[in-house]
Order: sequence, then C-alpha cells, then structure tokens
Amino acid sequence: MGLQSLTLIIVGITFAIYIGIAFWARARSTEEFYVAGGDINPIANGMATAADWMSAASFISMAGLIAFLGYGGSVFLMGWTGGYVLLALLLAPYLRKHGSFTVPQFISDRYYSKTARVVAVLCLIIASVTYVIGQMKGIGVAFSRFLEVDYDQGLMVGMIIVFIYAVMGGMKGITYTQIAQYVIMIIAYTIPAIFISFMLTGNPIPQIGLGSTIKDGTYLLDTLDKIVTDLGFDEYTTHARLSLFNMFFYTLSLMIGTAGLPHVIMRFFTVPSVKAARLSAGWALLFIAILYTTAPAVAAMARLNFITTIEQPGEESNLSYVNRPLWFKNWEITGLLKFEDKNQDGLIQYDGYKTNEMIKVDRDIMVLANPEIAGLPNWVIALVAAGGLAAALSTAAGLLLAISSAISHDLLKGVFRPDISEREELKASRFAMAASIAVAGYFGFNPPDFAAGTVALAFGLAASSIFPALMMGIFSKNMNKEGAIYGMLAGIGITLLYVFQHKGIMFIQSTSFLGNMEPNWFLGIEPNAFGAIGAIVNFMTAYIVSKKNDPPPKEIKEMVERIRLP
Amino acid sequence: MSNKKTYWSENISLIIKCLAIWFVVSYGFSIIFVEYLNNIRIGGYKLGFWFAQQGSIYTFVVLIFYYVYAIGRIDNRHGVSN
Repeated sequence: MGLQSLTLIIVGITFAIYIGIAFWARARSTEEFYVAGGDINPIANGMATAADWMSAASFISMAGLIAFLGYGGSVFLMGWTGGYVLLALLLAPYLRKHGSFTVPQFISDRYYSKTARVVAVLCLIIASVTYVIGQMKGIGVAFSRFLEVDYDQGLMVGMIIVFIYAVMGGMKGITYTQIAQYVIMIIAYTIPAIFISFMLTGNPIPQIGLGSTIKDGTYLLDTLDKIVTDLGFDEYTTHARLSLFNMFFYTLSLMIGTAGLPHVIMRFFTVPSVKAARLSAGWALLFIAILYTTAPAVAAMARLNFITTIEQPGEESNLSYVNRPLWFKNWEITGLLKFEDKNQDGLIQYDGYKTNEMIKVDRDIMVLANPEIAGLPNWVIALVAAGGLAAALSTAAGLLLAISSAISHDLLKGVFRPDISEREELKASRFAMAASIAVAGYFGFNPPDFAAGTVALAFGLAASSIFPALMMGIFSKNMNKEGAIYGMLAGIGITLLYVFQHKGIMFIQSTSFLGNMEPNWFLGIEPNAFGAIGAIVNFMTAYIVSKKNDPPPKEIKEMVERIRLP
Repeated sequence: MSNKKTYWSENISLIIKCLAIWFVVSYGFSIIFVEYLNNIRIGGYKLGFWFAQQGSIYTFVVLIFYYVYAIGRIDNRHGVSN
C-alpha cells in the first residue's frame, strides 16, 4: 500500500477516535466544562497534561533543534521538564486546594481585586493566543506534507475536529481526547527511535543506544563529534549556545514559564484532591520524560544518518545529485531542503564552510524525515504523521479552553455579569470556545509575520507575570493587591520592552530600535531568555510596592493559611 | 495554631531541600560545571552532556515522586491529610 493511503487510514482512525470520545464525554454543567467535574484520576490527568504540554514544537521541532545545536539544545530539554518540579512543589497543590476553575479566578480571590483579575486575563490571553497560532500552523503543515492536500484545507479539517470535541465536551471532552492523543503521540515518537537505535547500535533502547558503540566499535557520540568537526561544524557534545551564562538564563526562563502557563496549571484543577494534584504532576513529568529522554537520541542519530547519507569522507565519494534518494526529492518540493551545485561537479557537498552546497536544511524536517532517511517501512512514517497531528491538536485544544474560560468565567461572570445563571454561563463558554477557534483559525490561515518569534513571548509573559503572582500569593501572607498588580505590570512591561527593542515592535523587524545584535544585549542575554529577568523584576517590584501599602485584610490571610493545608 | 506553623515550616524546608537538588543537577552539573564533568565518561556519554540531556530529567521525575512521598508523611504526622 502506498504511503499516502496508509497515512490517510491511520490519521482517519485517530480522528474517528477523537470524535467518538466527543460524543461520549459531553459536558452537562459548567463544572464539567471547566474542570471535567473535578474527579479525573491522577494518572489519567498526568497523561492528559503530557499531551496538553507537548505541542508540535516538542514533537516536530525539538529533536531537530537539538540535532543542529548539540549540547546547546539542552536548554529546551531541561527548561521544558524542570518547570514541572516548580509546578509540583510550589503551585499545583495549593491552587487545587483553593478550588477555582481558572487561574485569573485564583488571582482575583487572593488579591481581592477585579483589576488584578483583568490584568491576569490579559496576560493569559496574550500568552495563549501567541502560542496557539504556532499549533494551527503545525496542523496545516503536517496535513499538507503527508496528505498532499492544501495547507488551508488541512487546517480546516483540523479546526472542525477540535471544534467538535472542545465545544461539546469542554475540559471533559478535551481530557479524554488528550489521553488518546498522548498514547498515539508516544507510540509514534518511540517506534522509529527504537528502530533507528537498533539499526545503528544494536541496542533497541534509544536512551542507552545514544551512549553505545556503532558497527565499527567506536562510540556513536564520538563518531558524530569527529564527523561534524571534520566538516567544519561545531563539536556536538560540547558546543554551548552563545554562552553558558545565556544558557543558564534561557533554561531558567523556560522553567518558570512552563510553571506559569495557564493551560497547564488548569489541568491540576481537574483532580479530586491536593494529594492527587501532587501525584499527578509526577505522572505528567514521567510521561513527558519518555519523549524528552528519547529526543536527544533521535537528534544525534538523525544528524548522523543525514550526514552519512549525503556526505562521505573524501570528496570524490560524495553522493551525486542525480542519484539522490526519494526523501531528498520529496523535501525539496516543500522548499525546506535546498541544494545548489556551487562547483558544478554534480556531487553534493555538505559542510560548515563557504563551499557548502546544502544551502537550506530546515531543522523542522529532522523528525519527520528521519524514518524516511533510515529507510523504515511506510506504516512507521504514516504513524509519525498521526503523532504530529495529535501533538498539535491536543495542545491547541488545551490553549483554546484556557482562552475561552478566561473570557466566559473571568470576564463575563467574574467582572461584567456576576448574576449570570449556570445554564447561561455554559452556553457563553461554548460560544467563547467557538469564537476562540475561529480567531485562532484566522491567524492560522493568515499567519502573521511575527508567528515564529511568539513562543518566546508566550514563555516570557507567563514567567514574568503569572508565575510570580501565583507563587507570592501562596508563600507570602503579606503580599497585597497593589504589590501583585504593579509586579505583574512591571514584569510584563520590561519583558515586552526587551523583546520588542531587539526584535521589533510586534516583531516587525524595521521597528527594532536597538537591533537584534549580541553587543546590545543586557549581560549578553538573548531576548528569548529574558523571562527570568522579568520574573525577578516582578518579585522585586511587588515586594517594594507591598511595603508601601496596607497589608491584605484578615480574611485573605486566613484564606492563605487554609490553602497551605492539604 | 503552633501545629499548623510547624507543619508549614517542615514543608518549606522539604521544598528547599528538593529545589537545591533540582538546581544542582540542572544549573550546576549541566551548565556551570559541565566542562569539568565532561572529563568523566560513562560509556559513550561525557558525564556533563549526559546530565544535560538525560540525567537532569530523570532526577526531576524522581524528585517530584520523592516530594509526594515525604510531604505525605509530614501530612500524616500532623494529622492534616484529608
């Protein structure tokens, strides 16, 4: 059977599962819509959280990034997992104890202020919308590559699927689909990794294969180091990105940002108890770690296979362009792989110098092309397509729920119409969900130029505004509303200013008044890594402002005492 | 009242202990001291590189489950578990 029909069948089966779950898990109350009734098993919630968290970026882009960055790519591995330690120890149990439906609701209760709630909603919406655009694009790209349909048509199909289960089921429908999506995603990611690890090293466990020897008896990583340095690239296992100092802050920003992203925090409102919330964070990280510890192996092995396929030691033995393999041709069509025969010898030369003839090797193709490069059977390649779609759909749904509940629960019920009945609120939340999908879809069809840089903004905002406000709300009884509000505004303010001054206002290049140049960076910290500094500014501002204003009322201090006990 | 206070201070010191380990494996072993650790090898892995791409993640998982276990014991001792 051909690759395309196999892909159609496998993707079709997974979509049928998602729609089946949608009909089975309909939400009948606002509690079911926002927090899935609050009785999800901690292991099930861990799985759903893992799918919610691991997006198209984790599934498709991360291993590709590591493949080209080597050791420098570790910031993503540690940053996107270490945040769960902060979440489990500092936030999740206490927020679960408080028992709110949304993150801004906790901020509003704790800081006895509707202004704080509106500021939190604003941060949440900016962070989540920028994040969801990337997912929509991922859905369109995955469809267009694997089903050879139009980008627009693919996106439309994806939107309809999310629409069905998210509008009908709310958090309940999303939770059960995410569990299915996790299973599909993890199978799709590990099976090709196991195959490739076994073929290269004889060990089927990728985490061990990466530290093992290849056929000629040398260690895989040593061979890779030697090949890349011989070709003029940076050494794989030691080359840091920019500087160790920058890596430190980049990792810290990603960790704090991870712990502050509302669509992840919300998942811990769905479990029955404080104990379950703690445990669930552990399960979530375990399920995430299965993919995240496989990714470095995928990265190194993909890089090795990619180089050894096209570039052989000794110039005459290079692959000739006429004889290039099928996957090479397929990816050339998409424009993500480009060759230019600079010296007109008909052979492909790939190195880190000016003589390099592979003028474009898009990092995003590494995971998707990896099974093809290694010559794995078609059903494995089809499975990877279904996995990539599951990753993008599950994260998009979680983000859309965070956005729509902020609108219906925090703005409508919390601020503008507190007297709204439950039935009306449920209707409003479904309407807000449909509207959020439409807005996200619009950006998917017309991806703004700034889409690529926006993930930095999402993490920066979550790190610099939401995380400090939540943490101080739990660990400092004396933090008052003035401190929290000014802290959030200062944190976002400085982070936005730093990102925009180096990357352009709303990412329009010509408006970057300081230029995206290393010498202008504060202490050599790149804009993507600035969220941690924003968080520090938030903490300091909040502390100073809180000292100059009245402490919070007695009942708030009692509330903090209450949430500290399980 | 005093019971609640000791419960909270025991929790805080447990959190600090766990976060110290969290910091040492990721920022210490994987970034600040990576070059020293890379002189040591386990199989094909340089140790610093292993911590950055494998070891720190395993440690994070174990840390959360350890915290769940340890705070559960503190909960029971103070009779605050539900």
